[in-house]
Amino acid sequence: MWTLLLGTAWGAPMAFVGATLHPVDGPVIENGVLVVEDGKVLSVGLEVPAAAQTVDVSGKHIIPGLVDTHSHIGGARLNDDLSPTQPGLSAIDAFDPTHDSVARARAGGITTVNVMPGSGKLMGGQTAYLKLRSAVVVDDLILCTDPAPPFSTGPGPRRRTGICGGMKMANGTNPQGPGHDPKSRMGAAWLQREALGKGQDHFRKLKAGGGPDVPQPDQDALAQLVSGQRTVHFHTHRADDIATIAALQREFELDVVLHHVSEAWKVGDLIADAELPCSLIALDAPGGKQEALQVALENGAILEDKGVLVAFHTDDPITDSRLFLRSAGLAVRAGMSPAGALEALTLAPARMMRLDRRLGSLSAGKDADFVVLSGPPLSSWTQVEQTWVEGTLVFDRSTPEGARLATGGRPGMNVVGLDGRTPSGAVQ
Amino acid sequence: MMGLALVVLGGLASADTLRITGEQVHTVSGETIDNGAVLVEDGRIVAVGADAQVPRPEGARQLSGAVVTPGLIDGWATAGLTGPHNHTPDQDHAERDQPVRPELRALDAWHPRDPLLGWIRGFGVTTVHAGPSPGQPVSGRTLVVSNRVARVGEVALVDDAFVVLSLGDGPKHRFAGQGTASRMGSAAVIRQALVEARDYAERRSLPVADRPPVDLGLEALVDLLEGRRRALVHAHRADDIHTALRIAEEFDLDIVLAGGAEAWLVADAIAEAGVPVLVGPVMARSWREGEQRNSSFSCAGALADAGVQVAFMSGYEGYVPKVRVVLWEAAVAGANGLGPERTLQALTLDAARILGIDDRTGSLDVGKRADIVVFDGDPLEYASHACAVVVGGEVVSETCR
Repeated sequence: MWTLLLGTAWGAPMAFVGATLHPVDGPVIENGVLVVEDGKVLSVGLEVPAAAQTVDVSGKHIIPGLVDTHSHIGGARLNDDLSPTQPGLSAIDAFDPTHDSVARARAGGITTVNVMPGSGKLMGGQTAYLKLRSAVVVDDLILCTDPAPPFSTGPGPRRRTGICGGMKMANGTNPQGPGHDPKSRMGAAWLQREALGKGQDHFRKLKAGGGPDVPQPDQDALAQLVSGQRTVHFHTHRADDIATIAALQREFELDVVLHHVSEAWKVGDLIADAELPCSLIALDAPGGKQEALQVALENGAILEDKGVLVAFHTDDPITDSRLFLRSAGLAVRAGMSPAGALEALTLAPARMMRLDRRLGSLSAGKDADFVVLSGPPLSSWTQVEQTWVEGTLVFDRSTPEGARLATGGRPGMNVVGLDGRTPSGAVQ
Repeated sequence: MMGLALVVLGGLASADTLRITGEQVHTVSGETIDNGAVLVEDGRIVAVGADAQVPRPEGARQLSGAVVTPGLIDGWATAGLTGPHNHTPDQDHAERDQPVRPELRALDAWHPRDPLLGWIRGFGVTTVHAGPSPGQPVSGRTLVVSNRVARVGEVALVDDAFVVLSLGDGPKHRFAGQGTASRMGSAAVIRQALVEARDYAERRSLPVADRPPVDLGLEALVDLLEGRRRALVHAHRADDIHTALRIAEEFDLDIVLAGGAEAWLVADAIAEAGVPVLVGPVMARSWREGEQRNSSFSCAGALADAGVQVAFMSGYEGYVPKVRVVLWEAAVAGANGLGPERTLQALTLDAARILGIDDRTGSLDVGKRADIVVFDGDPLEYASHACAVVVGGEVVSETCR
């Protein structure tokens, strides 16, 4: 049996009593009370409402559900090869919610992910912001809905829209040939400018009412980029590649989040001046590819010091979603503040995905996405005990299935990708 | 616990005298000492005990921190053979021409200035068991070496320690066109090599005119068959582990298992065979297809519970990160069943026992090499630092990392 609907805070308020609460957008509350109702946080403090069903979580720590700005869970093949720029593709069309990488992300306390195409293309496709509800069909994981085509919103950069995903872009060596274009950084920047230029052209036509009668999902997506409506999630490592992105951002008024940013420590001032948010990867060692030779665990501390918005990501499978908290722990080892590092797993990534009004911290009115931990959030000895999404328990380490997901391995057959949701008798 | 060596104490210290104090001194071989001290002279530990009782030679260099441990041991790494660039010029971990190459020696590729050795040294890895990467049914010989920048002859602890054998996915991929496209093929190639070595050994004792020409590879396998050398068998899947145990029994080989993603499934069989396991990687990318599919953070704990001796290995990495830090690998196992004490023991003394160097390192005991790490907190915590690393009495790192 795989049912994890062991608890749900729908109907009556549920009060989690006695834990150390880390709201992230407010001070830590010892021996606190988190109240959730109908999938939302009702209150965060010390009071237990009279009508509430109470859950004793004394000695535990509760943090907001983790937000992963860069993940490849869902069992997808990451890179297609239609064109160096392929803005019409969407990660949502290649996501299997029943792949056990998704369940493992829940086991790591992750409740929201940005699922991305790979970095093999200059513009690999649209990303999807998903809530890790326990569901079988991807439609049930979607956080919000894109505007109906054709392009239907008004002008002006940096507006909030219903667009629920970004665009994956990449520079550096991953999207380079030799078997295909581009074959140099020059070619890469040119092809990206060319695509974005088409987006500007399309956007102008749409604004003037002169757009095509039939939807053009690829052109519309480009128009969303240059109008600041769709965030660019830009894979980059080297300092010169970071500078190229800063130039593209200025030229096309993009809303950009830098991803990986291995050499951020070299160009911290440039990043800070351009106000480019950085989603960092924490790697155990440098090397393995040329661009990662100078990756530094100190990036978090250096960027924090310069006032840059900093998040971490798993890049799962590059790092394991179940150990996402560890990324922040290693950043603290390298000098980042513990509060900043926890924010970099929750509220900061929510901001980068423009979802911070809805999630990313424990505060009244936000989605009841939270994680019950056995100890302090950034300790190596701490285990994720429970993960709740919108008031529903989606991971519980105390169950055999939960323990299996948390530690890995399955005692039976070696079947790839199944998450255990099989009728009795089927392989599992 | 308290050990004072027969050296002149209390006089002027030599330039190499080092006195290390810690709020906790984990000897690992014995009790943990609160407010302890370790005295080092000429690269060796000459006293260990309570701070008040360990001599204070004038002029000794002082190091101190919250926690003092023996130097960490990486149970099997290609670090030192595989540099960070991951391009041909700095990769010397494998031959790809044929499935059997026991004449290869890690000693001939050891690159003590490799930056990744410096990287792991900074986190307390003072001893490395370096060898060819897994993936060749019969590969070369490994080297146990002190992680210090010096000529290999100076820092080698054991030349030609093990012959590497590999089962499972690796040989299937690397030598698919040469008779190992299946698990049957890998096992057959290994058996054939051992049978040839046995035959070679017999013909070596013939009259001079009838003796076979010297074959360096077969010589290495003869050492294996005759118990002068052990086999390091890389196997992840439970059935591969059983194959390893079966071949070891058939040829009466002394083996150590390495990898062991599914070792937790067959822990009792491994315990019964009395075979140690070098576990790694703990943080395997297990959602992918393949033999590490069932790896578990709890593997080392389950093996230890079953009575199997375990240590950790960083292994070979083909992408980022190019090397793993066994301290961090072990921390994950520690939090998932192995616990703090057994984890530290696996990283130090048990690794030394498995590699056959526990007479020289692996614990803080008088007479052993001064391989020592000073941490500013729980060594296994993400946010603690290794603030001083001592290899053979030489302070090789003094930056909190």
